[in-house]
This record gives sequence, structure tokens and C-alpha cells, in this order.
Amino acid sequence: MKRFKYVTLLITSLLLVLTLAGCGSKPLSSQNVLENDKQSNTITWGVKADQKLIGLIDVKDGQEKGFEIDLAKAITKKVLGKNGKAKFVTVTSQSRIPLLKNGNIDAIIATMSILPDRKKVIDFSDSYFSAGQSILVKKGSSIKSVKDLNGKTVTSAVGSNSVDNIHKIAPKARVLQLPDFAQALTALKSGQGEAMTTDNVILAGLAVENPGYKLVGGTFTTEPYGIGINKGQGDFKKAINKGLKEVIKDGTYNKLIMKWFGNVPGFNYKEVLRK
Amino acid sequence: MIKLLVDNWSEFISGFGWTVLSSIVALFFSLIIGSLFAILEVMPSKVARVIGNVYVEIFRNIPLLVITMFFYLVIPLYVVKINGFTAGTIGLTIYTSAFIAETVRSGINSVDVGQMEASRAQGMTFWQAMRYIVLPQAFKLVIPPLGNQFINLVKNSSVLAFVAGFDLMYQGNAIASTSFQTVNTYIIVGLFYLVITLPISYYMQHLERKLA
Repeated sequence: MKRFKYVTLLITSLLLVLTLAGCGSKPLSSQNVLENDKQSNTITWGVKADQKLIGLIDVKDGQEKGFEIDLAKAITKKVLGKNGKAKFVTVTSQSRIPLLKNGNIDAIIATMSILPDRKKVIDFSDSYFSAGQSILVKKGSSIKSVKDLNGKTVTSAVGSNSVDNIHKIAPKARVLQLPDFAQALTALKSGQGEAMTTDNVILAGLAVENPGYKLVGGTFTTEPYGIGINKGQGDFKKAINKGLKEVIKDGTYNKLIMKWFGNVPGFNYKEVLRK
Repeated sequence: MIKLLVDNWSEFISGFGWTVLSSIVALFFSLIIGSLFAILEVMPSKVARVIGNVYVEIFRNIPLLVITMFFYLVIPLYVVKINGFTAGTIGLTIYTSAFIAETVRSGINSVDVGQMEASRAQGMTFWQAMRYIVLPQAFKLVIPPLGNQFINLVKNSSVLAFVAGFDLMYQGNAIASTSFQTVNTYIIVGLFYLVITLPISYYMQHLERKLA
């Protein structure tokens, strides 16, 4: 009799979990993000907080700083007008899409490549940065290009598409997926892997901060970054695309590229300038 | 959800396998180490008691993730190279052993002092008295809290995900971030954990009824 009770309890709780899971997907899509943002005069952006040059929280003043932050501010001004405010929420490669889906953020500008798989789940703006995947190794390493990774261990962050690319290009490489890029680098430093892989801009930021490490082999993929927007938010997507075009047209975009990537050794910033 | 499970079956199963392996290894060693330190804590020698206390208080009061990160990142730099799975399992063993030590010690303490005194009066050594008289009674008393520790151990094994230990949680993270079916993935992961923990739960209940 006692056992029967437990089984009933188990089944009831499972059913409860399943019901809750089922009703999570509806409510957000019925709201218009652009309307809400105009009313509050604020766009909430999901940004990276741990990537130098891109999006980094400065420990001294607690402010987010980086190329994507400045770009998000510029686009916000174009969409909402001069007094429009950009609010920033820290996301990781893993948490950004769930946070967008459940409405915590309005848009993702967090080194996210436009990929067919992702397009099934969210919408993308036009590309705002021409990124590609590369490799970071310790200076003096025998690894010279992505082909040398076969049989070696590579660290990366969970939730980034870099892992799939490595599986395709160097099928015999072992990939360790760590919670974020900082940990992937720490794992590389403590010898858990021989190389680290992800987008070149992210690695550039790491190479600037860690003198003993360098990029090798150039980029071996083209993965333009796009701003992530929820499905069914056509108005908001149009407004963002329009804002982005204006930012590129009036020269702000190229100024930002020069500001953040003009002085990174080994990084050809001319490739990413827009006309 | 069924499709997600079928599509990623091999990942889920390999993650499940590593979680089970890590749990079994950690359970075995933490039970032995924990019991040893529990005995140290109740020994007549003051030095032994201090050693036991220091071990328990240090590892009981440091977060599991910190212990694991230490073995994953610091030890390879200075001592010997260990991979994520090993580092995670060592961390899990040490952390859980501190809790098991406290649990077993409480069991030993709740056995009447007269039992130990009588055994010693019969000419038994401290270890003989422990082995044949006190410990069998102590373990019977602490079966329910020990079961709690075992279940916690299985759930805590998800720490392996943070050091790329290829366990269930690691695979869950990877699947969730490629399929974007976050909710469904973690429900499946939760069910897989239940497959391990519920039998332990039932077995401990059975043991309790049989022995007590």
C-alpha cells in the first residue's frame, strides 16, 4: 500500500512538470517588443560580460565596455531617438537564447553567429560583424593550423558552434566544452588541452590579455554575427536593421571598429570595416 | 521530447554511464574514507581526534565546485595531469567523505558507551571493539542519513559538467545548446537522475526495514 502511494506521488509530480513545461512557450510572442520599448524608452540588450574588446564589465566602475556595447548604444539611439536608453543584461553562450525566449532581454548582441539551426528558433538582424573561427595556442606550440588539431585536445565553451566546426574539419580532435571562455582559457593554461578554439575576435581579446598565447592559422570559417530577435517581432527587427544601416552609413560603425580593433597585433581590422 | 531523446540517445546514454561510474567510484571510496575519519574522530588519542576534525571541517565547509576546480586546474599545473572526470570524481569523493564521516560519527556516538567499555573489559583492543561491537550497531542507526548522503552524491556528480567530465549534465548542456530545446532536455536529464536515485532510495528503505 505504501509503495503504491509513492508511485502515485511520482506520477502526479511528473505530470505537473510536463504540464508546466507545456505552457511556457506561449505568452511572450503575443506582445510587441518595439511598442513596449518605445513606451519605456529602453531597449534591453543581452551582452557578453567576459570578453575583452567585445563586451566586458570593467571591475573598477561596473560598466560594460566593448565594441558590441558601443554598437548597441548607437543602434538604440537610432531606434528610439537621442534620449533612448540601452539597458544591458549579462548573458553567456548558453543562456542567451533561453533568456531571449522568456522575455528577459529584447535582443541579443553577444558574438552570436547567424546559423540555420539558430534561425529555426529565433530571428536575426542583418550581419553586424564579419567574424570567423580561429585557434589560440601557447607560443612555441607545434600546432600551426586547424589540421594539426587531429589527435589533440581542444577547449571551447559549451553552446558555441565552434565545437561542430572542429568536429567537421578535424574529426579526430577531442573537444572539451567548458562553461565559458574564461574557463576554457584557464583549462588551456593548466594543460587540460593543447589549443582553444572559437571566433577570432574573442581569441584576439584573450591574446591581448595573455601575452604567452597567440592566434595561429588565420580564420577557417566565415560566421557573420547577427543581432538575435524573438520570432514574430517583425516590427522590432525592421527597426533594428534600419538603425544598423544608419550607424554604418554615418561612419559611426567604422569609428567603433578602429577604436576597439585598430591596435590588436595580428588582427587585420581592414577586413571588417563596412562601407 | 521523445524525438529529442531518440536523436541524442547515444549522448544521453554515455553521459548516464559516466555519471553512474563516477557515482559508484565516489560512493565506494567516500564510504571507506568517511568511516575511517569517523573512527579517528572518536579515538582516545587526541592527535587522531584533531586530524579527523580538521579534515571534516575543511572539506565539509568548502563548496564542492571549489574542491573540484582545485583538482582540475591547480593540481595539473604543479603536480600531475588529471582529466576532468578524475578531478570531478576525486572532488566528489573528498567532499562526500566529510559528510559521511560526520554521519557515521553520530552513529558511533549514539551507541551506548557501555558497549565499548564492556568490550574493552573483555580484553578486546580498541579496533576489535570498533569492528565487531560498535560499528555494526552504529551503521544500523545511520542507514537513513547515509541514504541521504548517497543520493546527494549522485546529484552532486553534476559538478563534472563544469570540468568537462562528460557526465549526464555535461551532455545535457551540450544537447540543450545545440537543439535549443532547453526545457525538454533538462526534463530528460532530470528523469535520468531519477533512474539512479530512486532505486538507491528504495534500497535504503528496504535495508532499514530489514536491519532495524
